[in-house]
Amino acid sequence: MAKMIEQQAPFHGSATTPAQRLELLRTMMRIRRFEEKAAEMYARGKIRGFLHLYIGQEAVATGAIAALRPDDYIVSHYREHGHALARGLDPNRVMAELFGRETGVTGGRGGSMHLFDVGKSFMGGYAIVAGHMPLACGLAVAEQYKGTQRIAANFLGDGAVNEGEFHEALNLAAVWKLPVLFICENNFYGMGTDVRRVSAVIEVYKRAEAYGIPSEQVDGMDVIEMHDAVARAAARVRAGAGPAFLEAICYRFRGHSMADAELYRSKEEVQRWRALDPIGQLERKMRAAGELDDATMQRLQAEADAVAAEAARFADESPQPARESLMRDIYAPADGAKADA
Amino acid sequence: MPEVTYREAIRQALRWQLEHDERVFLMGEDIGAYGGSYAVTKGFLQEFGERRIKDTPIAESVIVGTGIGAAMAGLKPMVEIMTINFSLLAIDQIVNNASKLHYMSNGQISVPLVIRMAGGAGSQLGAQHSHSLESWYAHVPGLKVAVPATPYDAKGLLMQAFDDANPVIFIEHTALYASKGEVPDEPYRIPFGQAELYREGDAVTLVGYGGSVHQAYRAAQKLAADGIEADVLNLRTLRPLDTDAILASVRKTNRCVVIEDDWKFGGFGAEIAAIVQEQAFDDLDAPVLRCSGADVPMPYNGALEQAALPQEDDIVALVKEIA
Repeated sequence: MAKMIEQQAPFHGSATTPAQRLELLRTMMRIRRFEEKAAEMYARGKIRGFLHLYIGQEAVATGAIAALRPDDYIVSHYREHGHALARGLDPNRVMAELFGRETGVTGGRGGSMHLFDVGKSFMGGYAIVAGHMPLACGLAVAEQYKGTQRIAANFLGDGAVNEGEFHEALNLAAVWKLPVLFICENNFYGMGTDVRRVSAVIEVYKRAEAYGIPSEQVDGMDVIEMHDAVARAAARVRAGAGPAFLEAICYRFRGHSMADAELYRSKEEVQRWRALDPIGQLERKMRAAGELDDATMQRLQAEADAVAAEAARFADESPQPARESLMRDIYAPADGAKADA
Repeated sequence: MPEVTYREAIRQALRWQLEHDERVFLMGEDIGAYGGSYAVTKGFLQEFGERRIKDTPIAESVIVGTGIGAAMAGLKPMVEIMTINFSLLAIDQIVNNASKLHYMSNGQISVPLVIRMAGGAGSQLGAQHSHSLESWYAHVPGLKVAVPATPYDAKGLLMQAFDDANPVIFIEHTALYASKGEVPDEPYRIPFGQAELYREGDAVTLVGYGGSVHQAYRAAQKLAADGIEADVLNLRTLRPLDTDAILASVRKTNRCVVIEDDWKFGGFGAEIAAIVQEQAFDDLDAPVLRCSGADVPMPYNGALEQAALPQEDDIVALVKEIA
C-alpha cells in the first residue's frame, strides 16, 4: 500500500515544491560531476595530498543545506566539497583550492580538507575527527549571546562518535541549550573500519539521546527526507529549544581517500548501495511525479559537465601562490576596535 | 601608586574588560559560583550575571573550542583553564584550531581569544599538578604567550591580550597570586614582545620569565654582595620574544644564564641559548648556561620538590662558574 502511494505521489507529505526539487537535483548532479572531475585531476597529478570524495553522500549536504538559512553557520568535516558547493561556494574557486592555487577559496593555504568562505557563513572543513564540534558550539554560543536567530549546523562522520570531543560537545550543547544542529553522516566506516567493530552502540542517534538531545535517524540517501528532517529540526533549534541531532544513514561509493584500496568491504556491498544512488532515486521519483523529462535531465547533465570542466580549466590556469606569501596571515593585525578607542 | 596583589591586578583587567566591552565574556571551570580555583573571578557571577560569567562542565577541549568558535563569530571570550596541567586535554583545540585558523582560512577568520591558565610548581601538588609547559605553547606559530612576573605585568599584559586579534595563552604562576606590587588604578597596556630590564648590572645577564624572574632577582642580590652585578631580564612574553633586549644585554655583559622552572631538555632556555649563540657568538666570553628544573616528574615530597626546582643558590653557583 505504502509502495503504491509512493508511486502515485512520491513526494506526499514533503515540504518541498517542484521547483525546489529540481534545484536539489541540480545541486546533487553538480556535486557528483565536480567530484568526478576532481578524481580525474588527482589522477593527472593536478591535485595532491588527501582527496576525500563525497560521491554517494550528496543527498545529505544538499538536502540539509537547502533547508537552512543562507546565514546559518556550516562547520564541516574533511569530506566537505559537497557542503561547500551546496552552500554556494564558487566551484571555480573550490577546484582552484584543490589545485592549491592563489585563486582558491583559501589561496592554496587550506587545500581539500580546509575550505572556508566566511562571507557565506561556511566556517570551514576540519581534519581532526570531532575536533570541529566544539567550534560549532562556540558559534552557537555567540549567536545565543547576541540574541540572534542564527544557528550552527555541524556535519560530522560516524568516526567522530568515539572521540571525547563528540561527547564534550553534545553535553555542553544540551546543558546550555545551544542553537546547534548536529548532522552525523553515518556511512558505516571510520576510514576503513566497520562501525560495528569499534562502536559499542552503533545507532549513533541513541548516543545523542543519552544527552537529552532530540535525535532522529534519517535516510541520508533520500534528499527529500533529508531536507524535510533538517527543516523540522532547524525550526526547533531556531526557536530556542536547544540542540538537535540527526543521524543520516548514507554510503560513500568511492574509497575513503584516493589512496584507499577498499580491502575492508565487498564489491557486492558497494553495488547494493549504488542501487540507492541519491541522484537516481530523486530522478525516478520526479519522473514518476511528472516533474522531470528527458530534455531537462539532459540539460542538467550538460550544465553539471560544463561547470566541472570550467572549474578545472579555471584552476589549471590560475597562478600558484607567490613564494613570498609564505609567512603571510600567521597572525591577524592587532585589533583596531579597542573597547576604549 | 596603589599596591595590589597579582590576583587583584588580574581581576582589575578582567573587570575593566567586562565593564567596557560587551563582546567580552568569561567561561571556565568553577569561575562563577565557586569564585575561581585561585579566587581570581570571585564575586564576578554576582556582579555580571550568568550571561557574562559562564561556569562550564569539566571538559577542557570543548571549553577552549567553544571559546574559539565564539571568537570566530566576533565575540571576545576569555577562557580560564584551571591549571596548565588540564590544558593538555585542550591541546588539540589550541594547536589544531586556535593557532591555525587565521592562516588556513587565508586571513578570513581571526581568533581573538584569551586563554588564562595557572602554571608552575612549588606547592607540593605532585607530578600531575606541577607543570611548566610554557615552551610547548611558545613553540606554535599563530599563538602568543604571555608570562607575567609581577602585578604590574599581570594587569598590563592581560589588558593587551584583550586587544589582540589572535589567541593569547596567558600563563599565571600559582606561587605569585598573593605577591604584591604597584599597579595603577587606570587601565594601561604592556605591548607584547618588550622585555623589562628588571635589574641592571654589567657582569652577567640573567634571563627569566614568570616566577623565575624573582629567583633570578634574589640570586642577583646575593651576587651583588660578592661584587657581581647582574642584568635581570623579565621576558614578559615568550612569543613574540624580545630578542633585541636579550642580545643588547648579552653584548654588554658577555655572559648569559637562563633561569626556568621548566625541564631543561628541549625547554625554552635552549631556544634562548640558541638565539644568543647564533646572533651574539662573538660577544660571548662563556657558554650560555641554563638553570632549569630537573628532568623528572615532580615528586610530592617537599624537599625533593625543592631539589627539582632551580634555587637561588644554584643560580649563584652557575654564575660563579662563568663570571
